[in-house]
Amino acid sequence: MRFAVITFPGSNCDQDCYHVTDNIFGIETDMLWYEDEVELSNYDCVILPGGFSYGDYLRSGAIARFAPLMDKVIEYANNGGLVLGICNGFQILLEAGLLPGAMKVNNNLKFVCKDIALEVVNGENPFTNQTQKGEKIILPVAHGEGNYYIDDKGLVDLKKNDQIVLRYLNDEENPNGSVDNIAGICNKEGNIFGLMPHPERAAEKILGSKTADGYKIFASIIKYLEENSSNKRGEKIES
Amino acid sequence: MSHKDWEKEGLTKAEYEMIVELLGREPNRAELGMYGVMWSEHCSYKNSKPVLKKFPTAGEQVIQGPGENAGIIDIGDNQAISFKIESHNHPSAIEPYQGAATGVGGIIRDIFTMGARPIASLNSLRFGELDDEHVRFLFDGVVEGIAGYGNCIGIPTVGGEVYFSDSYKENPLVNAMSVGLMDQEDISTGTAKGVGNPVMVVGATTGRDGIQGASFASDELTEESEEDRPAVQVGDPFMEKLLLEASLELIKTGALVGIQDMGAAGLTSSSCEMASRGGAGIEFDIDSVPKREEGMTPYEVLLSESQERMLVVPKKGKEDLVKEIFEKWNLKAAVIGKVTDDGMLRVFNKGEIVAEVPASSLADDAPVYERKSKRPEYLDELQSKDVNDFLAEEKEIDFNDRLLKLMENPNIASKEWVYEQYDHMVRTNTVVHPGSDAAVLRIKGTKKGLAISTDCNSRYCYLDPERGGSIAVAEAARNVVCSGAKPLAITDGLNFGNPMNPEIFWQFEKSAEGISKACEKLGTPVTGGNVSFYNESPKGAVYPTPIIGMVGLMSDVEKAVTQDFKDEGDIIFLIGETKEELGGSEYLKTFYDKEEGRVPEIDIDLEKDVQDFVLNAIEAGIVKSAHDCSEGGLAVNLAESCINGNKGAEIDLGKSSLTDIAKLFAESQSRIVISIAKDDLENLEELKKNSNLNIEKLGEVKGENLKINNLIDLPLKELKARWKESIASRMKA
Repeated sequence: MRFAVITFPGSNCDQDCYHVTDNIFGIETDMLWYEDEVELSNYDCVILPGGFSYGDYLRSGAIARFAPLMDKVIEYANNGGLVLGICNGFQILLEAGLLPGAMKVNNNLKFVCKDIALEVVNGENPFTNQTQKGEKIILPVAHGEGNYYIDDKGLVDLKKNDQIVLRYLNDEENPNGSVDNIAGICNKEGNIFGLMPHPERAAEKILGSKTADGYKIFASIIKYLEENSSNKRGEKIES
Repeated sequence: MSHKDWEKEGLTKAEYEMIVELLGREPNRAELGMYGVMWSEHCSYKNSKPVLKKFPTAGEQVIQGPGENAGIIDIGDNQAISFKIESHNHPSAIEPYQGAATGVGGIIRDIFTMGARPIASLNSLRFGELDDEHVRFLFDGVVEGIAGYGNCIGIPTVGGEVYFSDSYKENPLVNAMSVGLMDQEDISTGTAKGVGNPVMVVGATTGRDGIQGASFASDELTEESEEDRPAVQVGDPFMEKLLLEASLELIKTGALVGIQDMGAAGLTSSSCEMASRGGAGIEFDIDSVPKREEGMTPYEVLLSESQERMLVVPKKGKEDLVKEIFEKWNLKAAVIGKVTDDGMLRVFNKGEIVAEVPASSLADDAPVYERKSKRPEYLDELQSKDVNDFLAEEKEIDFNDRLLKLMENPNIASKEWVYEQYDHMVRTNTVVHPGSDAAVLRIKGTKKGLAISTDCNSRYCYLDPERGGSIAVAEAARNVVCSGAKPLAITDGLNFGNPMNPEIFWQFEKSAEGISKACEKLGTPVTGGNVSFYNESPKGAVYPTPIIGMVGLMSDVEKAVTQDFKDEGDIIFLIGETKEELGGSEYLKTFYDKEEGRVPEIDIDLEKDVQDFVLNAIEAGIVKSAHDCSEGGLAVNLAESCINGNKGAEIDLGKSSLTDIAKLFAESQSRIVISIAKDDLENLEELKKNSNLNIEKLGEVKGENLKINNLIDLPLKELKARWKESIASRMKA
C-alpha cells in the first residue's frame, strides 16, 4: 500500500497527514511537490492536506486547483482512485469541480479552531467504514472559510445519492453556517471525500482533543484498500 | 546639517556630535538615517543595557544567551529549543491587525534564523477595559491579526494571556513569543565573515513600507501618531511560510556562514550587526537589491522595514545553490555585495559610495546612558493603605454573588473567544490546549514534552515593581510545574513608559531586580528578550509590565497534567499557605475599584519548595490535576478546575484566623491546588514526610455544585455560563 500527500505552497497540514499515515499506520507515504507532474496511478490514496495554499488569497483553493499536479489528481480521481481532501484540500476539490458546491467565509466572519461533535451520515464508504451510520464522533475544525454552500437542487442530489458523509451534530455545533450542517461530502461514486474537520489531528490519544476519532477515518481507508486489493490501483470502483 | 536633520532621525545634538567624531566628518543623509535607527532604543538598548547586564544568563542548559536573534537551550538528545518574546505595541495601537500580525511574523523569523523550526507561538496582550468601543476595536483587530498570520503560516498559537486595565487604554501591549525546535548541529548565527563571501538578500522585495519603524517605536504615542501609520509594516504570512521552508532547507545544506532576519531597521541593522559579530566589513550595492517600487532613494532602501526578508552570507560558490532553493519556493535571492576585512559598511548606488561607516559603530557604539532613577511618589501612599480596614467594615457579604462576578471579570473569565480564533493544533503536537496553566507540546520521535507559559501581573508591578517582577517569574515557573515540567529558562518582554522619567526608570530597574532574584533561585536564566519603552499616551504611562515567557521540559509527556478535576471522589489538597493578603487583588479592584495596598509576599525559597514538591508528586504519577492559585485566589482556582473538568467539589477550608474574604480570594503566592485518587493518599503521605510545607486537605471532587464551607454553593452550570460567555458577550456589544 502506498499513499501520497501533496504539498502546495502554503500547505501546512501536509506533515501532519504524513505523520499519521506513515508513522502511525506504517504505510509508505510519499510527499509530492505541486509542480511535479508524477504518475499517480501507483498510489492507493492521494491526500490533499489542509493549510493556506497560496495564502488563500483570492479564495481558498482557487489558485491551487491550477497547480500542475492537479491535472493528474483529476485524472486519478476520475479513474476511481481514492482522494481525501481535508480542510483546504476539500476547498481545492470544490474549486477543481471534483466535488459539488462551494465554500463561503464562516458566518461569524471569524476563524474557528475547536473540537466539534459530528454525526456520521454515511458510514459505508471507503472513508467511513470503521464508523457506524448515526454514530457521534468528535473531530477538531480549524478554518475561516468552511461555510459549505450548495443550491437546493444540488442538496437534493447529495441526499439522494447518500453523498453527505458527515454533518455537524446540530445547529449549535455547526461552527460556520454550512447548509444542512454539512461537514463532509463525497462524490457519487464514493471515491472522493472532502471534509472540513481534521481527522489527522485526532488520530492519537496523547493529543489534546477529546477523542482520537480521526483514527477511524484513516483506518477505514486502509480497511477498504485491504478488502479491495484485487481492485487494481486506479481502476474504477464498482458502485 | 541643521538640528532639524538629526532630530528627525530621533538623535540628540550630543549623539550627532559623537557621530561626527566617529566619522571624522559630517554624515550624509543616508548615514544619518542609519545612525538614527541603529542608535534608537529599539535597536541599541542604550537606556536599558546597564540594567539588562545584571540578569543571570548562565546555566548548563544555556547554549545561546542574550545577544543573538534568540536564545537557545539544551533539551538533551542533541536537540535544542530556541525561543524569544518581542513587543509590537505601537504598531498595534495604530493599526491593530497589521501591527499584531507583523509582530508574530517578526518573532517567528528570529527563531528560524537560528536554524530552528518554529513549533509554537504564544502571546501576552494588554488592553483597556472592554466597555470602551475603541478598546474593543483594538482587541478585536489584534486577536484577528495574530490569528491571520499564525494560522496561515501553520504554527500553532498554543497559549498566552490577556489582561484588561485602564492603564493600557490608548497604549495596548502586544508581545509575541515564538518557540522553535532544532538539532544542535543546525544552530545558525547572524554572523558575516570570510573575505569575499557573497552577501545576499532573500525573500520578499524591498518597498517603502515601515521606514523608520524602529524610531517610531522609540517615541511616545501622541494624538499625531495616527499620521505615522505608514511606519507600520504590512505582513504576508504566505510569503513567510515560503521563506521559512526555504531558509530551513538552506540551513540544512551547511552552505551558510550566517543568516539574519531583516526586522527593525531592515538592511541597515542586518548588515552592520552581521559584520560586527564577525569582526568583518560588508559592502553592497543598492542597485542589486530587488525592489517593489521605482525610484527608491538609498535612504529608503537602507531603512525599509518591508517584511519577510533575510540577509544571508553563504560560502563563496554557493550562490547558485541559494538561488535554486529560493526559486523552488518562488522567492527571490539576489547577491548584493560581499564580505570585506576592513570593518566598514560600505554602500554603493549607481557606482558611487552613498554610505561608508564602521559597521561596529552602528551596531555596538551607540551611547549607553545611566538614566536617573527615583522611587515614585505614589508608592508610599498606595502601599500604606491597609485594605483590611475597609474590607472588615462590610458585613453580610453574598459570597456566591461575589464569586460569580469575579468569574465574569474579563481578567479571570474564559479566554475562549480569543484562542478559538487561533489554530492551536496544527503540526499535531499540542498535548494540552489553551486554557490550562501552561501549554504542553510533545516532541515527535521522543518521549519528551515542553511546557510553556507567559505571565505577568502588572498591577503587582505597579504597586511594588521588585516583588511584581519576582512574582511574574515565580508564577510562570509554577504554571510550567503544574503541567508537569521542570522550568528551564526564560525570555522577557519588558514593557515600560518613558525611561527619561526617573520614576519610570526606577520601575524598570526594580522589576529587573525582582526578575533576577527569582531567576537565580529558581535556576531559570534569562536567554534573551525585548525592551519596549515609551509605552505612554497623553494620559500617562502603562503599568510596568515585565512579561515572562518560561519554557520547561518533561521527560515523559504522557505524564502531563491539566488543571481540571478528573473523577468523582478524588481528594483535593492545597500545597502552600493562604494569608490575609488582599492588597492589589482582583477582588479589591472588582468590588471596590481600588488598586492599592501591599501586594502578596513572595519567598522564592518557599516557592521553589512548593514547586519541587508538586513536580515530584507529578513525576511519581499520583497527581490527577494541578492548578496554580493566582488572580481571584483559591475560590476562583477551584471554580476553574470544576468548570474545566465538568465536576463539582465539596470544600472545607477548616478553621483559621483568616477572614472569609481572605480564605476565598486572597492572592497569596506559592500555592498550588492538586487532586489525587483516594488510593494514592498513602503515597502522598509518604512524599509529605520529607517536607516542611503546609499541605492541607481541602475536600473532594463531588456532585454538580462547588460548595465551600457555608460560604459558597453554586451549580457548575451557572459558574460555567458566567465565566464562559463574559468576553464573547462584551465583544458583541
